[in-house]
Amino acid sequence: MAAASAAQITVEGVSHTYRPARGRAVLALDEVSLAIAPREFVALLGPSGCGKSTLLYLVGGFLPVEKGAIRIEGAPVAGPGPDRGIVFQHFALFPWKTVKANVRYGLEKLGVAREEQERRAQAYIELVGLKGFEESYPSQLSGGMKQRAALARTLAVDPKMLLMDEPFGALDAQTRSLMQSELYAIWQRTPKTVIFVTHDVQEAVRLAQRVLVMSARPGRIKAKVNIQLDRADPHIYRSPAFAEKVDEIWDLVRDEALKAQ
Amino acid sequence: MKYLPLVLLALAWEAIVQLGLVSRDVLPSLSDVLKAGWILLREGDLWKNAGASLYRGGAGLALAIVFGAVLGILMAWWRWMDAFMGPLVEALYPMPKSALIPVTVLWLGFGDGSKILLIFLGCMLPVTIGAYNGARSCEQALVWSARSLGASRLAVLWDVVLPSALPELATGIRTALALTFVLLVSSELIVARAGLGYLIGFLGEGGVYDAMFAVVLVVAFLGFFADRLYQRLVGRLLAWRA
Repeated sequence: MAAASAAQITVEGVSHTYRPARGRAVLALDEVSLAIAPREFVALLGPSGCGKSTLLYLVGGFLPVEKGAIRIEGAPVAGPGPDRGIVFQHFALFPWKTVKANVRYGLEKLGVAREEQERRAQAYIELVGLKGFEESYPSQLSGGMKQRAALARTLAVDPKMLLMDEPFGALDAQTRSLMQSELYAIWQRTPKTVIFVTHDVQEAVRLAQRVLVMSARPGRIKAKVNIQLDRADPHIYRSPAFAEKVDEIWDLVRDEALKAQ
Repeated sequence: MKYLPLVLLALAWEAIVQLGLVSRDVLPSLSDVLKAGWILLREGDLWKNAGASLYRGGAGLALAIVFGAVLGILMAWWRWMDAFMGPLVEALYPMPKSALIPVTVLWLGFGDGSKILLIFLGCMLPVTIGAYNGARSCEQALVWSARSLGASRLAVLWDVVLPSALPELATGIRTALALTFVLLVSSELIVARAGLGYLIGFLGEGGVYDAMFAVVLVVAFLGFFADRLYQRLVGRLLAWRA
């Protein structure tokens, strides 16, 4: 594991309490600490409601840090920024914009010149395999295509870090598997730091270099598991080493999943 | 033929009058009404008064849309704005808007100003409520996506919250459009020296019932036409909803 000084993202003793307008406050995260190195691919794994998305939103700067500290390259997080791209489970594409206009949005906001916007948007649309759908609206696309478009929109502004909130959770099994391979290929071509939130053990083992297993609410880091598999292997699922890792992590997750019921 | 029932109604109208089933003093025949309408059109009375009405209605509605949309979106965006304006909007919304007719006349007299103010005040709240509900339904993930793509908080209001509010805002404006005609004609009937409502009242008092009915038909047609035009415009503007 990378030393804290070399880390790009550090989380130190972060707790977070949800205070709904009605009902009582819920402790979502309890004293969570972790460090993530540049270009590392980390999966945050845990049962639903364990606070893994909350942790992601805190790193993204979407929620205020109440207790503890989160630093990005040494500086405390102060709101969202284009250095940290986000991909949501339900895509969050602007429904009134075409695929091309969605992908261009961030480039517009960054003040990129018009021709350059056009060129980069087209390049990323082609990277995610959406050539021919530039002028389609999100409502005309399948779930997998929507997530490709959302990924292109996020990648187009070239963030150093990619925050992914169960990005393939709303897709059918085949599409999900395909998207996992493609995400891995993209990550190899343009290496970025990735925090990938999921409750799917196989997905976490398939993609991540390191899996952080979280406990049921209140969320804590229960275990950190390093994964050393040949992730370029398209038949990784069939290897005994893969099955072994999945078993190992399943044992860690099972108790928590039962508690979360 | 979607409008066949309308044609049948017109034929029935003509028939019951021609057959003497109702007195012409109560209901002039459709052919007489059309003839009277043609004369009003030829002599310019219809144009002049329709022009006055459309100006008042258009100006009042335009003001209501601009101020109503801005107010609704700001209420959805800033909690203190909601806390302050919310109870006011709630209290004033159910008030019968026609009760404001004497008030606006007191303030601005018998001319265009009082009608424009009345329509503005009466039509603003449905627009506000549409914009408010629409902006409130804006997805958190869309706002966060825009912010992480480099949009400032203010840019998010224009780029994300406003377009998210459009479908419900459009519904609010449709209500306001219908209300515009109601307020326009009733205020012109009561106190005015021009306008279609004024013309209806003037012809009615003079006992020129066929011409009066002609103006009533014109108002009905204008209301229908404005709504269809609006629906078509909205359909084109919100084509992305699919």
